[in-house]
Amino acid sequence: MVAWTDFERVTIKDIFSKIDYEVVGPAAISRCLIVYPWTQRYFAGFGNLYNAAAIKSNPKVAAHGKVIMEGLEKAVKNMDNIKATFTELSTLHSEKLQVDPDNFMLLGDCLAIVVAAQLGKDFTPEVHAAFQKFLAVVVSSLRRQYY
Amino acid sequence: MSLSAKDKETVKAFWAKVSGRAGDIGSDAVARMLTVYPQTKTYFSHWKDLSPGSAPVRKHGGIVVASITDAVNKIDDLAGSLLTLSELHAFTLRVDPANFKILAQNILVVLATMFPVDFTPEVHMALDKFLAALARALSEKYR
Repeated sequence: MVAWTDFERVTIKDIFSKIDYEVVGPAAISRCLIVYPWTQRYFAGFGNLYNAAAIKSNPKVAAHGKVIMEGLEKAVKNMDNIKATFTELSTLHSEKLQVDPDNFMLLGDCLAIVVAAQLGKDFTPEVHAAFQKFLAVVVSSLRRQYY
Repeated sequence: MSLSAKDKETVKAFWAKVSGRAGDIGSDAVARMLTVYPQTKTYFSHWKDLSPGSAPVRKHGGIVVASITDAVNKIDDLAGSLLTLSELHAFTLRVDPANFKILAQNILVVLATMFPVDFTPEVHMALDKFLAALARALSEKYR
């Protein structure tokens, strides 16, 4: 089980209460597809991903951004058992979607940047550290079922 | 993943915009690296104070960002212009090159907090590529 400090718990819940899922989710996934274009390999069915403008205005990308945020919210609500919370999602990403798990932190890095842009000065080094730890636990849980 | 002409243009234009806050950028990036990735503190055990905003952190942030500015100005020959720094990191400091990526990510986060509108995905990509190229040039003399 992951040991969270009080500061970390409060900070994670605070971040997720402050950010707009409809903005942050789509921004993070589209940033990932633009900055790390090889991640587009998993979204062949999404239509036009030809350039940054197309990615940013693609409705399937935006919809998927929201799906991701809803998944992360489950982790926020179950911080003491993220591993169990994500067992099915991990199996899905491994067996059905066949996503190289090294990609998870690429999305995580983009999420950190989008949240940083939203929170500005409030995204202090300490808040950033708590968020990075949360991301590391989420990524580790998503990697868990790969074999 | 080498830098295209457009990447270089994007990096130079963005860096010109942000260089007024270079000191803060460097200091915040180093502070974040030490706080968010505590394993990096192992390279600074000789500092009295590793907390964000401390004198050694500010000073080192200044040194790092000055080198980045220099690299932006010599973007067409990173390996050549970073030769001496590469020797320093390889033979004296012996920093594991994996840490260059960590510092790079922290620089990008700082830029996002300070310039949320200008730090578009396109600028982010060009800078990510540039910092990776910089890291490669810095690793040149390692082995």
